[in-house]
Amino acid sequence: MWNYTDKVIDHFLNPRNVGEVENPDGIGEEGSLICGDALKLTFKLDDQKRIKKVKFKTFGCASAIATSSALTEMIQGMTLEEAEKVTNEDIARYLGGLPKEKMHCSVMGRDALEKAIAYYRGETEKKVEGEIVCECFEVTDMEIERVVRENNLNTVEDVTNYTKAGGGCQKCHDKIKAIIDKVYGKPHVVSEKPVRLTNIQKIKLIEKTLEDEIRPLLKKDGGDIELIDVEGNTVLVKFQEACATCAASRATLKNLVESGLRESVTPELIVEEVK
Amino acid sequence: MKVVYTDNNATTQVAPEVLEVMLPYFHDLYGNPSSMHSFGGKVAQKLQEAREKVALLIGASPDEILFTSCGTESDNTAIRSAIASCPDKKHIITTRVEHPAVKNLYEYLGKNGYRVTFLPVDRQGRLNMEDLEESLSDNTAIVSIMWANNETGVIFPIEEIARMLNERGILFHTDAVQAVGKIPVDVQQVPVNMLALSGHKLHASKGVGALYIRKGTPFSPFLIGGHQERGRRGGTENIASIIGFGKACELAAKNIKQEQVQVKDLRDKLENEILRQVPNAMINGDRKHRLPNTTNISFEYVEGEAILLMMNEFGICASSGSACTSGSLEPSHVLRAMDVPFTAAHGSIRFSLSIYNTEEEIDFIIEKLSPIIKRLRELSQFWTESKTAQRPC
Repeated sequence: MWNYTDKVIDHFLNPRNVGEVENPDGIGEEGSLICGDALKLTFKLDDQKRIKKVKFKTFGCASAIATSSALTEMIQGMTLEEAEKVTNEDIARYLGGLPKEKMHCSVMGRDALEKAIAYYRGETEKKVEGEIVCECFEVTDMEIERVVRENNLNTVEDVTNYTKAGGGCQKCHDKIKAIIDKVYGKPHVVSEKPVRLTNIQKIKLIEKTLEDEIRPLLKKDGGDIELIDVEGNTVLVKFQEACATCAASRATLKNLVESGLRESVTPELIVEEVK
Repeated sequence: MKVVYTDNNATTQVAPEVLEVMLPYFHDLYGNPSSMHSFGGKVAQKLQEAREKVALLIGASPDEILFTSCGTESDNTAIRSAIASCPDKKHIITTRVEHPAVKNLYEYLGKNGYRVTFLPVDRQGRLNMEDLEESLSDNTAIVSIMWANNETGVIFPIEEIARMLNERGILFHTDAVQAVGKIPVDVQQVPVNMLALSGHKLHASKGVGALYIRKGTPFSPFLIGGHQERGRRGGTENIASIIGFGKACELAAKNIKQEQVQVKDLRDKLENEILRQVPNAMINGDRKHRLPNTTNISFEYVEGEAILLMMNEFGICASSGSACTSGSLEPSHVLRAMDVPFTAAHGSIRFSLSIYNTEEEIDFIIEKLSPIIKRLRELSQFWTESKTAQRPC
């Protein structure tokens, strides 16, 4: 079973703004019946050119319906300039996060919104941007490149989670890998991680990652974490509050804390719990 | 909230009678059946009785039964044993609709020096015997064909296949995990070489399975270790689960009539009512040759995970062949092999019943499901369009 947040379940069971706006100013459709999810977004603007009414229709799983519903709630009242700045990350964050395998739902929302705005502006829809890489799901090299850049994706699996590309016959995996390599081959997108950290830098970065990224997630479930010590690449932490008594804390330690720190600090880190 | 459990092809509840016989082996009777003392010896005696009960259910003799940890281990043991016994033969045959325990091992072997034939099925999920005959060669080491499909419940003509392969002298293994306990399975009638079964599909606990190995079938062990299972599978036996498995097989023999009549009637009521109430719904699989407990229904223009989660709100448990539930992006390989259109495969739901289901539960599902499909179709942009669209099949 997917680990959906309460907010995802709420938007799925009680979707907001279902339907189609009459005489819409913008219409955006993304996805298809064959792919397993599809979204049709329609909106109408008011005198100030703000989104006055926005509705959706979605065929798809719980997270496809929830992201569509959330998107309509988010962009209601926005100008188009504001709305076009909404990223797929924003949609996922609005819902308290999505399972990584479901991130493509948030990308679908963003894409439908872009299409709806382009429709309003009378921009002729660019038929296919770039060259099709994944034939199963008809994803182009440019779409993959964009999602890799915007979400700092590093693996083929990530790309599949965000765009579905590579999720079918898998014959395009080498091509996807080449696109990822190409993106990171360019100096301006190389991540800012220092190559070699001093001990002080490392500890500071661990502290910052725990504070900014990991604690907020744990706190949402009533838990907390404290950094006890760093010995070489071994990070000693102590769970507190709900986490301290949670049966799944071992999984949290490995899946959330360790992988989060490895990603932000250095892949060699080992996180251990102090009881 | 009351749970309405109709996901018995995934796993079943442990029968109360099974749990009862298991419990002493967690406290009083913790001896090792391999020990020399009578404290362990007593357990060895019970282990043998369990073996006899499992054997009896499928018409085997007790020494043809090998206890394993699960259906997957049984399947892996059978296939690996067959290819180890015929090292010169480099061709293996299975179907496109096997459980991953067989399918993924065949795919692995396909990447490691074996030529693999994956036999197709038709729109109803049926095999063509001619395809099988044509694919056989002198180089064929083993054929693996499931007795009944876990997703659709479609039953394959295992007796006919076994007789043909027996005549040709080709090893035949069947994954009977879904069949045993639901329909009569008799290895005296059906000359298979190896047959895999699993405890938790027939009201025993998880963590125990068995492999039937016909006398005279060449065998090479998968787990190499101690002398347990007469040297055919090393490792201290999972006694409590095996004892429970024996009891479950004894109960299954008694209940098989109930499966065929009562469970089948409930299943038929469920699917017929759903088909009557919900437009654009269809059954996947050959309705004539099907397990009595299983129905696989596709609802066009809606997606399976959404249906499951809405049913979940009412405590109803089932499963889906949709892409979103599998964690992969494509719908079930079984439905794709059957050429079920994507529009219907994404919206497929499998209900699998057991003798513990009641008519009230079935009525409850019927009452809840139709509004759920209606609601999801109201959300779906394709449903309005579909009024003019042609049905995909």
